[in-house]
Amino acid sequence: MLEVGLGHYLTVSAILFVLGIFGIFLNRKNIIVILMSVELILLSVNLNLVAFSARLGDLTGQIFAMFILTVAAAEAAIGLAVVVIYFRNTGSIEVEDVSTLKG
Amino acid sequence: MIAGLAFYAFAAVLIASAVMVVTSRNPVHSVLYLILAFFNAAALFLIAGAEFLAMILVIVYVGAVAVLFLFVVMMLDIDFVRLRQGFQRYAPIGAVIGGILFLELVFVLGAWQSSGQAESLRLNATPTDVQNTVAIGRVLYTDYVFLFQGAGLILLVSMIGAIVLTHRDRVRSRHQNIEAQVTRRTQLDMARVPVGASIGELGILRPPVPEEKPKVIAHDDHGHGGGHH
Repeated sequence: MLEVGLGHYLTVSAILFVLGIFGIFLNRKNIIVILMSVELILLSVNLNLVAFSARLGDLTGQIFAMFILTVAAAEAAIGLAVVVIYFRNTGSIEVEDVSTLKG
Repeated sequence: MIAGLAFYAFAAVLIASAVMVVTSRNPVHSVLYLILAFFNAAALFLIAGAEFLAMILVIVYVGAVAVLFLFVVMMLDIDFVRLRQGFQRYAPIGAVIGGILFLELVFVLGAWQSSGQAESLRLNATPTDVQNTVAIGRVLYTDYVFLFQGAGLILLVSMIGAIVLTHRDRVRSRHQNIEAQVTRRTQLDMARVPVGASIGELGILRPPVPEEKPKVIAHDDHGHGGGHH
C-alpha cells in the first residue's frame, strides 16, 4: 500500500500546516497571501487524509479529500471576488481597513 | 527505495516552496511557488497511490485556483510595499504560535497509534482488482451520491455568488430593452408617395415628432389592447 511510512507523510503535512498558520500571521495585511496560506492548510489536511487512506486501505479518506478540494475551490472563488469588490470600493486590500465595514 | 527517495525529494521541494509562498516579497512569486507546491503535493499523492486525486489536484488547483489567484494579483493595482510594513513585527508572534502548534502536532504524532481493529472498521476497503479511479467512482456515485450532488451545488452557489459580487452594469452597453419593445405602439405610419419622385422633390420623410401626442396615443392604444374591439 504505502511504501513510505505514515509518519513521514504526517510530518510533512504538519510542517505544511504550521507554515500556513505562520503565513497568516506573517502577512497580516495582504489578504491574498492569507488566502494562499489557507490553501496551504487545506492542502496539508488533504495530504493527511490521503496518507491515512493509503495506510488503512480505506477509500473514504480520498473521497473526503475530494470534497475538501471542492470546498477549497469555492472558498477561493468567493474570497477573491470579495477582495476584488473591496479593492474596487476602497483602493486597498489591507485587512486592518476592513474593520471599517461594520455599522 | 526509489519511492522513498522520490518522496523525500518532493517533500523537500514542497516545504521549500511553501516557505517561499508565505515569505515571498512579491505576491506574484507567491502564486507561482504555490503552483509548484501543488505539483509536488500531487506527486506525493501519486506516491501514496491516490492517482485520481493527484490528477484532480493538478487540474483543479493548478488549472483553476492558482490561475484565479494569478489573475486577481495581476489585475489589482496594489501597493505591495505598503502591504509589507509590519512584516517583521508580526513574525515573532507567528513563529511562537506556529512552534507551539508544531510541538502539539509532534506530541500527537508520538503518542498516536492505530486501533487494533482498524481492518474491520473500514468503511470502503480499497479493492485490489481495479484501478484507483474506478474504485473511487464505484463508491462516489453510489454511497456518496448525495454528498457529490451537494458538492456540485456548493460550486454552483459559489459561481453565482462570485458573478453577482463582481458584476458591474456597464452604462455604455446597449442592452435589448424587452419592455420597450413589447409596449411599443403597433400603429404603422404609412405614407403614399408619388412613384418616381425623388427625395429632393418630396422633402425627407421624417417620423412624426412625438410631442404630447404619444400620451394620448398610448392611452388609446391601451384601451384598444384591453378592450379588444
